[in-house]
Amino acid sequence: MRYSGWQVLAQGIMGNRGWRPAWRDPAPKDAYDIVIIGGGGHGLATAFYLAQEHGLTNIAVLEKGYLGGGNIGRNTTIVRANYGLPGNSEFYSHSLKLWEGMEQALNYNVMHSQRGIINLFHSDGQRDAYARRGNAMINQGDDAILLDREGCRKLLPYLDYEQTRFPIYGGLYHPRGGTARHDAVAWGYARAADQRGVDLIQNCEVTGIDIEGGVVKGVQTSRGAIRAKKVAIVVAGRSSQVAAMAGMRLPIESHVLQAFVTEGLKPCIDHVVTYGMGHFYISQSDKGGLVFGGDLDFYPSYAARGNLPMAEHVVEAGMTLMPMIGKARMLRSWGGIMDMSPDGSPIIDKTHVEGLYLNCGWCYGGFKAVPGSGHTFAHLIATDRPHEAAARYRLDRFATGRGLMDEEGTGSQHNLH
Amino acid sequence: MLIPCPLCGARDSREFTPKGHASYLDRPAEDAPPQAWNDYLHLRENPAGDTRELWFHGAGCGAWLVVERNTVSHAVTGARLAREVRDAG
Repeated sequence: MRYSGWQVLAQGIMGNRGWRPAWRDPAPKDAYDIVIIGGGGHGLATAFYLAQEHGLTNIAVLEKGYLGGGNIGRNTTIVRANYGLPGNSEFYSHSLKLWEGMEQALNYNVMHSQRGIINLFHSDGQRDAYARRGNAMINQGDDAILLDREGCRKLLPYLDYEQTRFPIYGGLYHPRGGTARHDAVAWGYARAADQRGVDLIQNCEVTGIDIEGGVVKGVQTSRGAIRAKKVAIVVAGRSSQVAAMAGMRLPIESHVLQAFVTEGLKPCIDHVVTYGMGHFYISQSDKGGLVFGGDLDFYPSYAARGNLPMAEHVVEAGMTLMPMIGKARMLRSWGGIMDMSPDGSPIIDKTHVEGLYLNCGWCYGGFKAVPGSGHTFAHLIATDRPHEAAARYRLDRFATGRGLMDEEGTGSQHNLH
Repeated sequence: MLIPCPLCGARDSREFTPKGHASYLDRPAEDAPPQAWNDYLHLRENPAGDTRELWFHGAGCGAWLVVERNTVSHAVTGARLAREVRDAG
């Protein structure tokens, strides 16, 4: 069924009896051309682009839980292309362009809202750094506007401009940035992949990867063995465990990143706003909740929840920046499992096993990358050559030291990003 | 989280800075091959479950500790002085 406004009207008149499940629930076949391990945003997007761009449809996506039950449902929904380094710059630019055509490509409303992102700065030095970043974004062909204090005031009248410790000097405005409905992105890719013949298999945990003579042959799962010519690992918070099934140790540490949402309020925050002097960023969801987050707790964790010290830091930073949010009551907090790589940038590459592909290390930036990651990973799997937008996301860059992408300039080492 | 510092007793994790897996104690020799240094600096077991890691008691006694912790439950089950762990081999 093609979704449209006309369809909503017609179904409404007919008592909404015509709606059908958005995807099938097939049993796994004995063999596929390609098995994708992980039914999150990146895995589902990979399946969709393999079918859409490369005409490959004998594909299974294996998900140990339910589709979109991992980080795609646990993030703060921000979409942006405001990176500064070669490698990241062209990749996120590519991804943002795919976001802009996503709803038409998927025939699915993901509520993509290009409401603009403003990164605030609080000193002359930080203004220079943001001006340089803005120029890098413009050179990449994306949009960036350096706002002075009065420019910020027009867009964000509710900030505390007079705070004495970190006065607001201005902001880097990225108008094409924004948010999207995170779950809908997974559902949209799932439905579109299913319509093109991809089998989405839930409650199917991979327990082993079959390798003979250095060539991948298939996977063992909780629902039986599945043969495959190619296997792709794209499992976010469980990358180290799944890669270990193929005898690999990854340059990955898993950390927790917390996020928070308040009760629903009337519209008051129209953009995504990030604080330059504390770990705090915020937007308002279409339901009205203020969605905000901060930095890692900084100890390895698979708990999908964090501890109070970082929660306190985030809330303190928020109160410093916009005292008005002190009146809102916090509704929920949660955590996601972040694949932290040493340089803070991701990995999309082949492995030492022929036919085994790896997509991991998205740190705390995986959501905005979903279409770009799926698109370039599908290209790598289908053609055995990296897509030019993701050619620098190599697994061996840590061993060789060539092509590291350390946006923060703090060093390529765990625990620094 | 409370960390049971052997010198100070159970203290709030705010007093500590986590450094990473206790394998940081197994530093390769200076003339070790590059692969050994890559393993040491970058590659991780990254266990989902029990782990051993270095924590620094910066707002307390200043000792480096090897803390036994579970990465799924966040339960902390023990801590020893890193110096003692290293010297015990």
